[in-house]
Amino acid sequence: MSQALIELTDLGFAWPGQAELLDIPTFTLQRGESLFLKGPSGSGKTTLLGLLGGVQKPGRGRLSLLGQELAQMSSGARDRFRVDHTGYIFQQFNLLPFLSVRENVELPCRFSRSRAQRASERHGSIDGAAAQLLEHLGLKAELLERRADSLSIGQQQRVAAARALIGQPELVIADEPTSALDHDAREAFLQLLFAECRAAGASLLFVSHDQSLSPLFDRSVSLAELNRAAKPVEV
Amino acid sequence: MHLIRIALASLANRRFTALLTVFAIALSVCLLLAVERVRTEARASFASTISGTDLIVGARSGSVNLLLYSVFRIGNATNNIRWDSFETLARHPQVKWAIPLSLGDSHRGYRVLGTDTGYFEHYRYGRDQALQLAQGKPFADLFDVVLGAEVAEALKYKLGDRIVLAHGVATVSLTQHDDKPFTVVGVLARTGTPVDRTLHISLEGMEALHVDWQNGMPARGNAKVSADQARALDLQPKAITAALLGLKSKIATFAIQRQVNEYRGEPLLAILPGVALQELWSLMGTAEKALFVVSLFVVLTGLIGMLTAILTSLNERRREMAILRSVGARPWHIAGLLVLEALVLAMAGAALGLGLLYGGIAASQGWVQAQYGLYLPLALPSAYEWSLLGGILSAALLMGAVPAWRAYRQSLADGLSIRL
Repeated sequence: MSQALIELTDLGFAWPGQAELLDIPTFTLQRGESLFLKGPSGSGKTTLLGLLGGVQKPGRGRLSLLGQELAQMSSGARDRFRVDHTGYIFQQFNLLPFLSVRENVELPCRFSRSRAQRASERHGSIDGAAAQLLEHLGLKAELLERRADSLSIGQQQRVAAARALIGQPELVIADEPTSALDHDAREAFLQLLFAECRAAGASLLFVSHDQSLSPLFDRSVSLAELNRAAKPVEV
Repeated sequence: MHLIRIALASLANRRFTALLTVFAIALSVCLLLAVERVRTEARASFASTISGTDLIVGARSGSVNLLLYSVFRIGNATNNIRWDSFETLARHPQVKWAIPLSLGDSHRGYRVLGTDTGYFEHYRYGRDQALQLAQGKPFADLFDVVLGAEVAEALKYKLGDRIVLAHGVATVSLTQHDDKPFTVVGVLARTGTPVDRTLHISLEGMEALHVDWQNGMPARGNAKVSADQARALDLQPKAITAALLGLKSKIATFAIQRQVNEYRGEPLLAILPGVALQELWSLMGTAEKALFVVSLFVVLTGLIGMLTAILTSLNERRREMAILRSVGARPWHIAGLLVLEALVLAMAGAALGLGLLYGGIAASQGWVQAQYGLYLPLALPSAYEWSLLGGILSAALLMGAVPAWRAYRQSLADGLSIRL
């Protein structure tokens, strides 16, 4: 089995009736690697994440995750595969505001048996896993049963990170998770995220337009360079 | 399942609109069930206004008309029955009992019925229930009167009170039989039938009131007959308004009915109370059905309100859907969430509606019985009512499918991208 977690070859994608939006000759992400993907708006970032999440199917080329060809799976199987192997952190407002912090963190375990199993194996129980992850991310235990929207933005992003990491998915995709944080909080959050990804053995695909963060990562790639179909965007 | 927890929490997050929706559904469910319950009970109580009587005989007119004045004390007879015709009927070998009814006077808007003591013995209503005296005894003296429950209650009469009857049936009567007052000797227990609104006197008493009348006018001067003088006279009535017949065998009913209708002495009409009641009810059936249809539409309005509330929430919940998708919810989970939401709202609405119904019945039971003679039972929902509730829930489920389908499409299109 190859070391590559994500492997794109000759990938092309176009929305129906539109010009090709993505044309990526090759792209790989290694296991355990943290990658900074610089993606200004209009570079096809959202579409690429949709493809990696299995929400869309590539028009041509190969897209394999963990050696599995996503294009050949049914949409239901892709949904299952996504939650089993990928954790997501979005820009902000990541959480369901009406659930408690703990329930938010445990959500992936409700939809993925394998993540529920791994969480229980590693931490004894799903509740235990949630509590431990939150503790590692610097959230106090008394916040656990609070409604998610009663937390500050910075705390919410850490809850989102815990949710992405619970049950040890092989891949964590973070889409501008720090854009709502100030500079100091940004770096602190990243350090926590790195530490947890490392502890869980997860690869981190970090998408952002904020170049200043890129030195913190193993590798940095610009989507505009990667994608031959990208519109020229001034940086 | 976890979806239920998410659906409930999401609803709780929008509790104001959710509560309004539930309340709208509850009110409509309560209205529908109340209308149905009143309808059912009204029909049942109507059908049991009179029972045990096999034939009602009156002068020839329409069957509904005869039923109205003889049983419901509404309207007037077009003609009378001669006393000898009544006696012929009463002596018929198949006739077990015959009760004469004489109407035409009133007391403060309540009808006065002249009859004999057989009335208290043979008259039946409801499920073969006999008349019961709440106080006192049946009339015995010429000027005794037995009051229906409502008459006694509304006019606050008690035993021993002396009352004056009025000629004719208008509420404000100009001609009073004030020369011959009656004494209250009995009050009947409540029946929920027109009996409650009737004053009962003997046929002879009725005759005594009019013994000195000539050409429909009270006598003047020397022609007046005082109450005491009346006692000495022959008070055998010459005519009555209608008669109730009880037969020895039900099988003979149609034969006797034909014989009465073909009676040679004078034009008579015999009706079967059950058939005539049916006929009368079918006249009111249209209004009753209209009421049902209206309440169905109110339920529909409540459900459409729910549909609107869910549909308008969909756009602002795209983020919620995208987050759920990112943690592994499949599009059918999203659709299921919305169907569940509709179901929860409808079920809460139905439960609250039932609560309102029972609260309402408990609060108004006595009043409704007193005012309308309608007994609303505080019973568990009938099979029919359950089926109505089931119908409402199915309709809600069907309506929930609309936002579910939209959310399904939306979550397929949006995927993991969060749209503001």
